[in-house]
Amino acid sequence: MKSGVVELALHREPCNEIGSLTLDELERFVRALDGLQGEAHALIIYSELKAGFCAGADLRELYRRSQELERKDAAVGVREYLERIHQVLNTIDASPLTTIAAVHGVTFGGGFELALVCDLIIADKMARFCFPELRLGLIPGFGGIPRLKRDLGNAVVRDLLLTGRSFNATKLQQVGLASQVVGEGESLRVARATAAQLGKFDRRTAIAAKKFIKPIPYEELRKEIDVFCELFAQPAVEAGLRKFVESEEAQPYLP
Amino acid sequence: MTAFNQTLEDILNLAATHFKVPREKLTPDDDFFKTLGIDSLQALDLLTRLEHHFRIELPDYELQGVSDFRTLADRIQARL
Repeated sequence: MKSGVVELALHREPCNEIGSLTLDELERFVRALDGLQGEAHALIIYSELKAGFCAGADLRELYRRSQELERKDAAVGVREYLERIHQVLNTIDASPLTTIAAVHGVTFGGGFELALVCDLIIADKMARFCFPELRLGLIPGFGGIPRLKRDLGNAVVRDLLLTGRSFNATKLQQVGLASQVVGEGESLRVARATAAQLGKFDRRTAIAAKKFIKPIPYEELRKEIDVFCELFAQPAVEAGLRKFVESEEAQPYLP
Repeated sequence: MTAFNQTLEDILNLAATHFKVPREKLTPDDDFFKTLGIDSLQALDLLTRLEHHFRIELPDYELQGVSDFRTLADRIQARL
């Protein structure tokens, strides 16, 4: 933490995929965040990796684990994983700090969902956003749909979800999700400048405003976990995950 | 120069500049993955630069299976 701004730097190669290790670290982070809230006013989440902000869930690990377990146990494991990531993301979403995602490059699936929990998204002009889950026979599972519905018109949500196409940063700003689009390599600098500005406001007022403006869609988030788990049991998912894992593409998560 | 040829020329110039390949080494029918030596992540970067340059949206699925500059120009021209 520096000058009242907490920074969470993602740095797991190749592109901050969220598997069990990253999830453990995120859980530790949100526990520590609780103790910092008295002296901090803002949180910035960014990536130190050139490839991008975050490519989402670690699908290789998800596939490997689901292969090692009986079908019933795999389903239980997936639900437990989702419950844990939802707990982390709901905590950041509801944090009294003003939260900023400073994003660049690949911001796909769970990475996009991580950005969506933040109050502001500051996007490098080369950032790319996508929900490719339907290609795997799934829906986003880290709270993406309820949070998109909170922030966007339903037609845009359908476009993102049902086509799986990626948006560039300008498009993300046009639809109302990105707060600022900045030059290449500038998102963290601009996020820090924005966080410094936020520090000038009365904290109690800022907290009250955020609580009033940004409801957490808990009921829909619960429903999303149920739908995801129901779909995860379908054979299409195993086939989709296998195709992904066996792909020889350098970046197989790309659409 | 026709509009299509201008689009093609813009793509070749942009690719040469960004990926630091001599412009004269690029021809319309080249496989840009091979000629530019790029992977799919860099191809996504190229897509974003082309969208900015031409001020268009180019859904990824329209580029599935596209690997040469001429076809890429064709897809872009259809949105200008």
